[in-house]
Amino acid sequence: MSWPQPLPLLEKLGQQIVAKSKGAVTGYEVMYGELNLVGPASRVVQALTFLRDNKDCQFQVLIDVCGADYPERPLRFDVVYHLLSMTKNLRVRLNVQTDEDTAVPSVTSVYSCADWYERETFDMYGVFFSGHPDLRRILTDYGFHGHPLRKDFPMTGYVEVRYDDELKRVVYEPVKSVEWRNWDFLSPWEGAEPGYAPLIPGDEKAIPAAKEPGK
Amino acid sequence: MTGANAPAKPTEFFAPEVPPTQEGGETKVRKFNINFGPQHPAAHGVLRMVLELDGEVVERVDPHIGLLHRGTEKLMEARPYAQSIPYFDRLDYVCPMNQEHAYVLALERLMGVEVPIRGQLIRVLYCEIGRILNHLLNITTQALDVGALTPPLWGFEQREKLMVFYERASGARMHANYFRVGGVRQDLPPELVEDIADWCTKAPRAFDDIEKLLTGNRIFKQRNVDIGKVTKDEALAWGFSGVMVRGSGIPWDLRRSQPYECYSDLEFDIPLGVNGDCYDRYLCRMAEMRQSVKIMAQCCERLLKTPGPSISEDNKVAPPRRGEMKRSMEALIHHFKLFTEGYRTPPGEVYAAVEAPKGEFGVYLVSDGTNRPYRCKIRAPSYPFLQAMDWMSRGHMLADVSAILGSLDIVFGEIDR
Repeated sequence: MSWPQPLPLLEKLGQQIVAKSKGAVTGYEVMYGELNLVGPASRVVQALTFLRDNKDCQFQVLIDVCGADYPERPLRFDVVYHLLSMTKNLRVRLNVQTDEDTAVPSVTSVYSCADWYERETFDMYGVFFSGHPDLRRILTDYGFHGHPLRKDFPMTGYVEVRYDDELKRVVYEPVKSVEWRNWDFLSPWEGAEPGYAPLIPGDEKAIPAAKEPGK
Repeated sequence: MTGANAPAKPTEFFAPEVPPTQEGGETKVRKFNINFGPQHPAAHGVLRMVLELDGEVVERVDPHIGLLHRGTEKLMEARPYAQSIPYFDRLDYVCPMNQEHAYVLALERLMGVEVPIRGQLIRVLYCEIGRILNHLLNITTQALDVGALTPPLWGFEQREKLMVFYERASGARMHANYFRVGGVRQDLPPELVEDIADWCTKAPRAFDDIEKLLTGNRIFKQRNVDIGKVTKDEALAWGFSGVMVRGSGIPWDLRRSQPYECYSDLEFDIPLGVNGDCYDRYLCRMAEMRQSVKIMAQCCERLLKTPGPSISEDNKVAPPRRGEMKRSMEALIHHFKLFTEGYRTPPGEVYAAVEAPKGEFGVYLVSDGTNRPYRCKIRAPSYPFLQAMDWMSRGHMLADVSAILGSLDIVFGEIDR
């Protein structure tokens, strides 16, 4: 089996999956030589079961589950499943969307290894997984508050720890020792391109004013 | 361990003393909960495992990870792409360049950058050095965990030599920061290539020595054969990769099945295990090191014959040469732009994986068109391995826990990220 897989083959596979999955996978896209699928979050278990058991797919291995945060969307979180088929030598990615309150069904019944990946996604983004056997924090500290990979979580966090020599123990305090310097690396000359960087401060005022004479 | 942080099934460290009762001539014993780590030499890092023991038999393992969590993924979202390469050295710190490789491959796929052949050969050469570094550490410290003191001393001598090769190429023994989008930071001098080729001729003897200590050793076999068995189905269900699937007899190696760089023109074999136990995984690693030496020798031979740039000539992603910058204004501007703003990637998502010594190391990048990743997920191979610790150890003795943990080949830098 050749690698990388030819794009027409991926296109065909994407069409087949969308057609046969009974609505569990609703769309596909081939980008950078990879097949991306999208589907409704509530039916992710059916989607992954189909991808694992269908004879044209045979994605036996769940490589990764992770989250991504897009605060400007109403369904702000993406949950991304990466699958691998060792027999067909294929990779696929399934994206589902959810918000802070809606739980995504856990896929631990389909792939055992989803357990820790879902715990990590919960820890980092606060995405809930219904039916997960043991959904507790995994990477952050005991007693941690917040979900660090959300875009609205500050880089420095809220608390810092140090060893207090008088109390003879580690103490938690609000962050004061570091100030996060948010460098703006983007070139101001190219910054105004649509779809790229945010506008230069003040530009947003200029644009409607410039349009007005044309009215 | 109170409140929300308690394990799923609350464990009682100080269970009330149960008076011994005679039931069929047997004395009832209470179960033990013990902490393995966070400071334990056999934990291979900062791992805290809460073990539930019935006598000496393990009933449940609850690994508590995250003690080395540094928020790499969050930090990466705040800086230009090139400034994140050093973070990858600090993930799996026994084979730093293999991690960098996955990251630069992901970026190259996003931006469509071609790597010149000399750059590819250098990358492959150093990735295989990384593989030997990793396997030497793993084999010998696993032997240490089951009671053998000499192998680490012998293995670390070779590791030291390999780290000197790292240092001569990149300036650092471990945290190399050597791979760049489009190639590598600096070309290798021919003397270094000759020295590596020379090491390749001597290395098999050093491996023989270590193998002589371990492979036939009665104690080593008693501690490893039939311990921590993984069947093919289990390996797939638990998301294993690398030696963990090859030890169970699944012929899967990304260097062969999904080749990247110039692996497809190099000649090497993929050793497979049969039983999927700790001993087979040890044998796989031992055989893989010899294959890596074979690959290194081929790379050295080709490097001596292949002149040319070791990094892409496209100055939009790779900095121009220092000499060029003295004369050309354009080169100077390129240099300035690259080291202040960096490069921008087109919007999109990519996942690039390499066969790191431990297994599939992947980088999932989401780009929004700026010079920083919008999201970067690092898929570490040992993360699912440690997750499997629970079912792999059940029913084994307490002493086997450290043998299994050693053969899983975990490093906390990449699990905790």
